[in-house]
Amino acid sequence: MSLKNINVALIGNPNVGKTSVFNQLTGLNQQVGNYPGITVEKKMGFCKLPNNIKANILDLPGTYSLNASSIDESVVIELLLNKNDRLYPDVALVVTDVENLKRNLLLYTQIKDLEIPTILVINMADRMETKGISLDILYLEEHLKTKIALISSRKGHGIEELKNLIISYKTISAEPCLNASVIDKPYFDSLQQAFPNQLLYKLWLVITQDVNFLNLERNEIRSTFTKSHSDLKRLQQKETIKRYQFINNVLKEGLKIDTSIAKDYRSKLDRVLTHKVWGYAIFFVILFVIFQSIFEWSKIPMDFIDSTFASLSSMTSEHLPSGMLTNLISQGIIPGIGGILIFIPQIAFLFLFISILEESGYMSRVVFLMDKIMRRFGLSGKSVVPLISGTACAIPAIMATRNIENWKERLITILVTPFTTCSARLPVYAIIIGLVIPDTYVFGILNLQGLTLMLLYVIGFGMAIFAAYILNLILKVKGKTFFVVEMPNYKLPMFKNVAINVIEKTKAFVSGAGKIILAISIILWFLASYGPGKEFKDAEKIVFENAKEHPLSSTEFENAVASQKLENSYIGLMGRGIEPVISPLGYDWKIGIAIISSFAAREVFVGTLATIYSVGGTDNENTIKNKMADEVNPVTGEKIFNFASGISLLMFYAFAMQCASTLAITKKETNSWKWPAGQLVFMSTLAYVVALIAFQILK
Amino acid sequence: MQTTIHSLKKGQKATILDFDIDLIPLKLLEMGCLPGNDVELLQVAPFGDPLYLDINGSHLAIRIETAKLIEVELINTSEK
Repeated sequence: MSLKNINVALIGNPNVGKTSVFNQLTGLNQQVGNYPGITVEKKMGFCKLPNNIKANILDLPGTYSLNASSIDESVVIELLLNKNDRLYPDVALVVTDVENLKRNLLLYTQIKDLEIPTILVINMADRMETKGISLDILYLEEHLKTKIALISSRKGHGIEELKNLIISYKTISAEPCLNASVIDKPYFDSLQQAFPNQLLYKLWLVITQDVNFLNLERNEIRSTFTKSHSDLKRLQQKETIKRYQFINNVLKEGLKIDTSIAKDYRSKLDRVLTHKVWGYAIFFVILFVIFQSIFEWSKIPMDFIDSTFASLSSMTSEHLPSGMLTNLISQGIIPGIGGILIFIPQIAFLFLFISILEESGYMSRVVFLMDKIMRRFGLSGKSVVPLISGTACAIPAIMATRNIENWKERLITILVTPFTTCSARLPVYAIIIGLVIPDTYVFGILNLQGLTLMLLYVIGFGMAIFAAYILNLILKVKGKTFFVVEMPNYKLPMFKNVAINVIEKTKAFVSGAGKIILAISIILWFLASYGPGKEFKDAEKIVFENAKEHPLSSTEFENAVASQKLENSYIGLMGRGIEPVISPLGYDWKIGIAIISSFAAREVFVGTLATIYSVGGTDNENTIKNKMADEVNPVTGEKIFNFASGISLLMFYAFAMQCASTLAITKKETNSWKWPAGQLVFMSTLAYVVALIAFQILK
Repeated sequence: MQTTIHSLKKGQKATILDFDIDLIPLKLLEMGCLPGNDVELLQVAPFGDPLYLDINGSHLAIRIETAKLIEVELINTSEK
């Protein structure tokens, strides 16, 4: 036996419990990355098998068949077509759901045609009894030419048997279980003759699919054997019918269902959850609970993180020897890291709810419920998921648009998703609302600050829907429109799956956004701590000269020097440079700096102000909020953060496209710079205009 | 009686006869929407669209514009 790890690929339809099989096999021994060049999630795990054998488990994206209709599905085909790929499986596990065996076997017969040793994993065996299902395993193994593992990933049954099957993969048949080429014998015979060394089914996939395959070969294959689109599709239909005939014949003997035993709670739940009144009522109650928890429950851990980092920052500056490095750590790096970690509670709560809704099967009902309404705005029922996820972060939300089949609906969803209030806007909103909105109650119970925050969410959603409506009228994109949603069985979400999902997603967010924020806060600190001219270098002298007539106390002197330095540092000069543009909105040059630095990531705004005010002052204990509240305009003596400028800032941050990562993901998903550029220009202009109007009316 | 999936009533069953192959998404075929298979209308969404079907054991929702393309023969439940 070689020492090389066995490569195992998990393949299966969506909603068959593939991920829980993966979690059962690998435990927490998993890594989530991306396939090179694309943003499809690549989940790899590691599994110890009996006899000291080890296996790499690759969890491929869920796919209904080997006819790809999305980039996620293409990944599966590209891997299975490329024998030289490092991840090419020694053995494939096709995971199926015992209740949907007929449909799930379609993909199985296709995988078998690729002549990879394949184990058929029949999952959810614990439901066979309540559904009155019985299987003749030996019969099925014989006719499907495989070994079957009957498991329940939910209960953990059958996993050891599955591991033993994986070890003996060399004895498992790699033969196809049916011959689909009889649907057009002359065509397939001549195809095989032309390329005698290639697998026939592989050739067929190269002809019908738009996937990366050795280009030269592909052109060669296609040039002689191509058919019209319509003819190809007819052949694909024949192929599908042929496969189902085979499956039906096998299942006639191998699978018995006693419908008299079957209990059905699905239709009862459906009746309520898709009801024209109750359905919407339940959906809005769920949304309300989600938002409540994001704001209320995460407050405590967020405050804790905030105060921990504030004291950590002042501790380092007190205890480390004073100097450049200490300043960089206490004023640049620590506030920077704190600015990222503070998002964790909210992100985690949001992903928790989204994964519970998806695992339980409820999300498909929401899609069903909302489709007609969303279509009025050029969106799809499937846009609901990205728009809700967008309240956490636009990046996973835009990736979640991939299952929208209609290109125009998908494009519009991608373009408007950044309007929804993502968690990066929250700290900006929180600090400004805290400054300019009084902490009073309306009607005795509703907190005015909380109400303002809710209003900002409504504005975000409203603008997303309105922009979609406009885009729907303007965009002339042709594309086939179709909409197919699977309505899976209701399931109780599994704690382990949900927990792993939340941990992975949160980790990915922190490390992704974290790198940017940390880098920006370090750069910022340098730009704020150095300056080009005499005004910066001779700050002490200048302040001393100016103060000759009114002697300053030592603290006052230090503060004056610090702000003289900041004003003439590189960043100060940049901020003052754009002051003419932003002063009609009610902002001063310090806010200007924060806007410039948060151009790539809006959550940097608060961190920047933190850095600016830490650099520009000597006391570390006073919170940033208090420092901001004390800021006055040196000319008019008015407070900088007043009601008018505060509302103007809120509007600016509600609409502006300040997220480099979102632009990058839009570029990747739309495959063109045109759309992210449009997003940037449109959203920034809108933000400027709305903020301008708000300030000019309110001041 | 021949009709399309679009005009089924809730709870009615029918057998799929034919459809325009150029207009039907391949994915729908793969989910079991093929001539000879049975289809039952389970739920209709508020505002009448989309339709929630059981096609050959697969539970899925499609829009009316697609449902109109699929010709079916009603199964007379009283004969059963």
